Amino acid sequence: MSEAVLEPTGTQGVVNDFARDKQVFGVPWGKAMMWIFLLSDTFIFSCFLVGYMSVRLATTDPWPIPSEVFALSFGGEPIPLILIAIMTFILITSSGTMAMAVNMGYRKDRKKTFWLMVATALLGASFVGMQAFEWTKLIVEEGVRPWGNPMGAAQFGSSFFMITGFHGMHVSAGVIYLLIVANRVRNGFYERRGGNYEIVEIAGLYWHFVDLVWVFIFAFFYLW
Amino acid sequence: MGYVAIADRDHEIEHHDPQTFITKYVWSQDHKVIAIQYAGTAIFVGVIALILSAMMRLQLGFPDQFSFINPENYYQFITMHGMIMVIYLLTALFLGGFGNYLIPLMCGSRDMVFPYMNMLSYWVYLLSVIILLISFFVPGGSTGAGWTLYPPQAIMPGTPGVDWGIILMLASLAVFIVAFTMGGLNYVTTVLQARCRGMTLMRMPLSVWGIFMATILGLLAFPALLVSAIMMLLDKTIMTSFFMPAISSMGVDSGHTGGSPILFQHLFWFFGHPEVYIVALPAFGIVSDLLSTHARKNIFGYRMMVWALIAIGGLSFIVWAHHMYVSGMNPYFGFFFATTTLIIAVPTAIKVYNWVLTLWEGNIHLRVPMLFAIAFIFTFIHGGLTGLFLGNVTIDLPLSDTYFVVAHFHMVMGVSPILVVFGAIYHWWPKITGKMYNETLGKWHFWMTFLGTYSIYLPMHYLGFAGVPRRYFAMGNTEFMPESAQDLNAWITMSALFVAATQVLFFINVIWSLTRGPKADPNPWDATTLEWQTPDTPPKHGNWGHDLPECHRWAYDYSVPGYEDDFIPQNVAADVAPAGRDHGGAH
Repeated sequence: MSEAVLEPTGTQGVVNDFARDKQVFGVPWGKAMMWIFLLSDTFIFSCFLVGYMSVRLATTDPWPIPSEVFALSFGGEPIPLILIAIMTFILITSSGTMAMAVNMGYRKDRKKTFWLMVATALLGASFVGMQAFEWTKLIVEEGVRPWGNPMGAAQFGSSFFMITGFHGMHVSAGVIYLLIVANRVRNGFYERRGGNYEIVEIAGLYWHFVDLVWVFIFAFFYLW
Repeated sequence: MGYVAIADRDHEIEHHDPQTFITKYVWSQDHKVIAIQYAGTAIFVGVIALILSAMMRLQLGFPDQFSFINPENYYQFITMHGMIMVIYLLTALFLGGFGNYLIPLMCGSRDMVFPYMNMLSYWVYLLSVIILLISFFVPGGSTGAGWTLYPPQAIMPGTPGVDWGIILMLASLAVFIVAFTMGGLNYVTTVLQARCRGMTLMRMPLSVWGIFMATILGLLAFPALLVSAIMMLLDKTIMTSFFMPAISSMGVDSGHTGGSPILFQHLFWFFGHPEVYIVALPAFGIVSDLLSTHARKNIFGYRMMVWALIAIGGLSFIVWAHHMYVSGMNPYFGFFFATTTLIIAVPTAIKVYNWVLTLWEGNIHLRVPMLFAIAFIFTFIHGGLTGLFLGNVTIDLPLSDTYFVVAHFHMVMGVSPILVVFGAIYHWWPKITGKMYNETLGKWHFWMTFLGTYSIYLPMHYLGFAGVPRRYFAMGNTEFMPESAQDLNAWITMSALFVAATQVLFFINVIWSLTRGPKADPNPWDATTLEWQTPDTPPKHGNWGHDLPECHRWAYDYSVPGYEDDFIPQNVAADVAPAGRDHGGAH
């Protein structure tokens, strides 16, 4: 097996690398599996978004104007999409703290990793909290229901609650996931198992994915 | 590459054997036990679906003779038969059953990468089956919407099971998808990341390639079904209008407004067409291994076989609307989807030619698995050729919704994969149980099943050309249909009942083998792949004893000139035996 054979370069070399024995990617199983799961999850969100666009085009009732529906006024003029802008900012910020946590994890700085992950989870939780506020406002004040609303097409409410609800569930699950991993970082669970902190990066992959999905929801639902 | 492969760390990892009966056989994390659990459950629901099809045939062959079959039941039988066969039997059996059993053994791994999640996958699958079975007993019974569950009729009053059946059906599908995802992630990651030393991708047996590609298709296609199930559940339960247009039933306004029924068809078939290949690709892979092993000859064109699997998998995502030619799409869509559909015939034909050329001048042993494998080539060619008819828009339009379609898809994705399932069960039975089955009984089972299915489905093509519509409870006074159509229907029903009854032979064989079957040789077919080289038969927990195997050659070194045996197992070193034609590239 170990004779000095000239390995082919170029495309053939790439093919040989991928097709070599034992493993295709030099990464832990968990990381490979998370990537594959995220690919599958991408298809779920794509179907949701394409479905939403399709019903939006198909419906004959006028589509409510998102920048008016999602406006908040602080005593004066209503500011369009202000809450959504803050939510988006918070979620993007949480991606930043997550990336720092991954870095600290690889440096085996357990304390900083723990606190950065807790910060990420808190930002995520506040995102979900604001989403709950937004839902409440829509339901109670604007009278938006999944089956209809006073502003126009019924599909506006149904798509909104379904897509943001599904995304919100992802964020909530992510918050729990992050807190579990953070707690294990703190209590030395991974230290006892050979000091391997790749799980922080795996959790981070999921978190960044959820953030990225939000960017698409933001663009296609709120800005369109 | 900073990460040390599992095959190089095997001795550092502690292997825990399950101790109690419960952890060994019930809450087992061993891929082999999970595989048997999956297969047992799948075959159990498959038998239910078989009985349902017999009930349908009774009505069609002998209309109004049976008081227990009314139009509502009939539609419930159709729906549940289709859904169970496609998803809960074939998908679960090929991926959960054979995938679980074969991937770690053929790749030379000790287990799936995440055994706990693998176990969870089975139990969630069982939950989805239980939800499905409960729907038979709720008020109104199971749904009768047809297996495609098209809205609006699926959730409109008048359709059987509209109160609870459809809700349980959609919930069961969603649960099944969760189960499949947990299992599927395991299969893909195991194939990619946990092979033994020397097992390059291009040395993997085609069974693993087929199951691997099918699992990827599943992971990317089931999301569309999940989304459509969620949306329809919302339409049904809280009156959203994703799929439901403004519509009234018997003068009562449904309360929906402005939804798009065609959207459901697109989502459903974006799942539904890859689903065909989720069922077909494992069958392609397994049949390649059966043919090569029992013909004592290397598979013809291994590399092309792999690329054909990949090409078919990729193309299967851009052909879905050929199920929708009659839905009123833009004609240009029909043109596009007909073209992509016909392009799929190219890699598929490559595979068929390669199977036939594998047999060419081979030393063919007509054992039971081989009979089933060769029969698969026949039924698959027939089903594939009628696919060319239905793939063309202009020919599909008159044939759509006739028995021609029923005959086509039963030939290509009903009979063909089931023949492979039987072949595969007979082939791996000695390894799974350590016992031999009865060859004579197996051959009777084969011939009656094979000839019986032709007797069922060939006349159906004729019925389709005659214009007999599918999904009708009874034909009534339809004068354009010749009376002989009814005679044919009676004949088809008799054949179907006959074929259903002969499956008893299979179960007799299973019981005979388990109770008094002779002890099996560890490698009764003189096969090359790793699963036949395990130290124990059936393989124990951890599969390989103390040392992981090493792979030194491709999976098809049969009848290599200059070597005493007519096969060289994959774990025989290169200096012990000459390499036949190694496409793996040793390094």
